[in-house]
Amino acid sequence: MDEPILSVTDLKKTYGAIRGCKNISFDIWPGEVLAVVGESGSGKSTVLNCTSARLEPDAGTVRYATRCDGLKNIFDMSEPERRFLMRTDWGFVHQNPRDGLLMDMSAGANIGERLMAIGERNYSKIRDDAGEWLGRVEFDLERIDDLPTRFSGGMQQRVQIARNLVTKPRLVFMDEPTGGLDVSVQARLLDMLRTLVSDLGLAAIIVTHDLVVARLLAHRMIVMRRGEIVESGLTDQILDDPQHPYSQLLVSSILQN
Amino acid sequence: MTTSFIQIEGLSKSFTLHNQGGITLPVLNLVDLKISSGECVVVTGPSGVGKSSLLKCIYGNYLATEGSVHVGPPETALDITRAAPREIVNLRRYTLGYVTQFLRIVPRVPAIEIVMEPLRILGVDLDEARERSAKMLARLNIPERLWSLAPSTFSGGEQQRINLARGFIVEYPALLLDEPTASLDAENRQVVVGLIEEAKQNGSAILGIFHDKEVRDAVADRELLLKELGVAA
Repeated sequence: MDEPILSVTDLKKTYGAIRGCKNISFDIWPGEVLAVVGESGSGKSTVLNCTSARLEPDAGTVRYATRCDGLKNIFDMSEPERRFLMRTDWGFVHQNPRDGLLMDMSAGANIGERLMAIGERNYSKIRDDAGEWLGRVEFDLERIDDLPTRFSGGMQQRVQIARNLVTKPRLVFMDEPTGGLDVSVQARLLDMLRTLVSDLGLAAIIVTHDLVVARLLAHRMIVMRRGEIVESGLTDQILDDPQHPYSQLLVSSILQN
Repeated sequence: MTTSFIQIEGLSKSFTLHNQGGITLPVLNLVDLKISSGECVVVTGPSGVGKSSLLKCIYGNYLATEGSVHVGPPETALDITRAAPREIVNLRRYTLGYVTQFLRIVPRVPAIEIVMEPLRILGVDLDEARERSAKMLARLNIPERLWSLAPSTFSGGEQQRINLARGFIVEYPALLLDEPTASLDAENRQVVVGLIEEAKQNGSAILGIFHDKEVRDAVADRELLLKELGVAA
């Protein structure tokens, strides 16, 4: 617990003249869930993509606590080293499951593929693991051999989550994981994610514009606006006592029930 | 002389409403308070005087404007007003409980699992957590047929008692109670008084708000009277 699992310092990214993000610094500790909130265009996805090595920042460092060498800047690593990290220690859950799944492979194969990518060759073990993880995400196992194209959005999202968790990652990046789903499906999936993250002791960064999602899943929150962090703190502190004018506006816009 | 487990010094809190003309609402002004282990202090004062705000400043959902709030044994006490979020999360897991009358509903989670969750986070094994939670639910007169159902359809009183069960399931060394007995019937009120007394015997330092005089007289060792501050522009 005395070293962060991910340490981000002074991250900056622009797209030509367009601002992506700047002055982004934060740490994530093992087992901690961080929500990055803000409206569309606030730079949340840029932060997620830069910290998950999917996009190289213009400046700043993203250091990850590797199992052997301690904190290492992910952009100083060799390409294979970084790829290996992304396939094993990290997970990435896209808002649209089609971006995270192999659509021409069955549900079971989608999960097996991630195991094979790290060298697992024992087919019966691969199939057992795939079944186990599909079970944990409450996926109907009778459909393990069907193609994702034949699943509902909620089922596809479950497969994507199982595919990410099968390698027992320590850090999972999620981009609006329940964004495109019906409200009823969303609630079940959120509850499932909450349980999984807590049972597995995962650290996670969740990008969302939905403060209710943040309240359910995250210990801590970062509020972004126009590419910068305007407030960060304990989730219920930001929701109960927001300090920045923009956070106050966001919180006061939540529908009460 | 006993040492204090909760120690508040010069605590002030005001809210600045940026989207409503930048008006500043002062709520607490220079509050000092020490609570020892095994002691129950009751906050009193008229409605709107900042009793709940005081509890929230201690729990960390409100940021103090000034002053300090130490929770824990003197050598290792954490100052909530300066602590990192993860230190507060940790303190809440092991040391500091907070019970209100409102259950924050997580969709689809059965009542008994809501009660078990704080124990599970502390690593108590599933069977033991389930057994202790069942006892607590029974003690608070929640019928067994409801335990495996999600409480979104329960009555207000049942939801409140689920929340109490969850709040008292771990024997926290410090407890904040925000009207835990409001709108309970006499029988359940007595159950809660019993839970508070047990917590005191176990050495918990307690700060509570109770409108019910009977409950207050039963559990309070001391009272802290908050005075009206008035609104300043």
